[in-house]
Amino acid sequence: MKELTLQTLIAVFEEMFGRGLFWALVAVAVVVTGLYLYVLIRDRALSMRKFLWAQLSMPVGAVAAVVFVQKITSSGFRDIGGPIDVVVVLGIATLGAIGMAILVYTAQSLFRSKHG
Amino acid sequence: MLTYEDIRPSRRGLLGLAAAGLAAATLTAPARAAKVATKARIVIIGAGAAGTAMANRLIDRLDGAEITLVDARAEHLYQPGLSLVAAGLKPASYTLSKTTDWLPSGVRLVSEKAAAIDPVAKSVTTEGGTRLDYDFLIVAPGLVLDHGAIPGFSLDMVGSNGIGALYAGPEYAAKTWDAARKFTEEGGVAVMTRPTTEMKCAGAPLKHAFLVEDIASRGVGAGKYEVHYAAPQGALFGVPIVAEKVRMLFGQRGIKTHMNHKLLSIEPGQKRATFEKTEIDSVTKTEVKSTVEIPYDYLHVIPPQRAPDVVRQSGLSWADKWTDQGWVECDQKTLRHLRYPEIFALGDVAGVPKGKTAASVKWQVPVVEDHLIAAIEGREGVETYDGYTSCPLITRVGRAMLVEFDYNNNLVPSFPGVIAPLEELWISWLMKEVALKATYNAMLRGKA
Repeated sequence: MKELTLQTLIAVFEEMFGRGLFWALVAVAVVVTGLYLYVLIRDRALSMRKFLWAQLSMPVGAVAAVVFVQKITSSGFRDIGGPIDVVVVLGIATLGAIGMAILVYTAQSLFRSKHG
Repeated sequence: MLTYEDIRPSRRGLLGLAAAGLAAATLTAPARAAKVATKARIVIIGAGAAGTAMANRLIDRLDGAEITLVDARAEHLYQPGLSLVAAGLKPASYTLSKTTDWLPSGVRLVSEKAAAIDPVAKSVTTEGGTRLDYDFLIVAPGLVLDHGAIPGFSLDMVGSNGIGALYAGPEYAAKTWDAARKFTEEGGVAVMTRPTTEMKCAGAPLKHAFLVEDIASRGVGAGKYEVHYAAPQGALFGVPIVAEKVRMLFGQRGIKTHMNHKLLSIEPGQKRATFEKTEIDSVTKTEVKSTVEIPYDYLHVIPPQRAPDVVRQSGLSWADKWTDQGWVECDQKTLRHLRYPEIFALGDVAGVPKGKTAASVKWQVPVVEDHLIAAIEGREGVETYDGYTSCPLITRVGRAMLVEFDYNNNLVPSFPGVIAPLEELWISWLMKEVALKATYNAMLRGKA
């Protein structure tokens, strides 16, 4: 890459998913993150019970994210060829885990009664 | 039980964070120079990767210029995807779009083939007889595949009789997979070839060999197939350090190499390919040529490649280099024609060493843009092209080496210390599989 600016990255992502889907995904991410922050501020505390469920869901999110990426790219664990590949797998797993945790926590806060 | 009472995000903190994010986004948006006002007539021959990217960039930079694209083809091909189609990893449609999908408004498309260029009178004439006068001409028509140069071979054989030819386009790449798949399921002998001429993406013949071998190893299984790689060159790749790496990988994978073997003809009935083998006699030190026949169950043909006739007949080609191929005579660093300064060459047709790839185009286009706009403004351009080319050299379904190099055969990795160029990595495969077409499309729109 000659110059990797924010603009280039956005252009690349728009082409990757299609402009509509990309911005829809961004919107979903922003909305879920916004709702998460909203419930944190509303409740003025992290609920340990909800957090426990969120934590338990993290490995599921991690594995799901890695398997998803492998599926759409016709590859598998045998293709891990060097340290950077391990870093990429861990990165994808971490993103999946955090995303899942935030989603689960937020969903519980919004939809479960307030005994948590 | 521990509670997180002390973590108390506030509304004010949240707003501050949002404001900071907005400020960062504003700062990183690049400042755009004011458009240059001009009445210049710019003709671009070819609406492929180079011509389209150039048109989009010029529209963004110029105000009032008359930009005309000349190309008869209604379909735009994403050529880097052909190797994936020919390995059954993507459908033919993956590489297809419409030429007009990528063109900005304000550009005139003449859907005809350019028939003649008169560099003295500064005009281009189309097959329909339309005459287009220009102040600046960008020659980017791509190249011609000379399938007729191989006796015994014709395109209608592709897909049956164990014959593949993935360069010939999306439909032929898909048919190539029909023939290659049969080999990966039933085994036998696969023979991969390469032409003597310069060619598009010199890594593609290697990718096809690697992919077919990998799929056969998972399909019919070890011991039931052989892959042979025959090329007229003395080395497996133009960049010595990469050639050595490929030699080692071929060794590990059991792919047999036949260097200095030029495909002369094929006999599809007998499934036999005839090669001319060149050796140096150890006593007289002269070249000795002999004929070698290799039987095949699957044969991949890459024909000789040349500049289109319109370029070769217009007197724009090198007189003393590539005389059988006719690439445009131009400066290596600026791609400007050496005898006609208002003409630039871009992409496959440019007479420069290496670089008949979309990655080269991505780096060439901003250079030509700079010199063209400088010429309009009456100053000298400053950007230079160093021969950058990139090849995500696929070695297996799921792995590739991200090889990037320049005119001097230096490796120029984009991510030094992070993505090793000569290692077979999953991340490099991910880039080819996921990010490359997106980057290509962004380039077409002049955005990358």
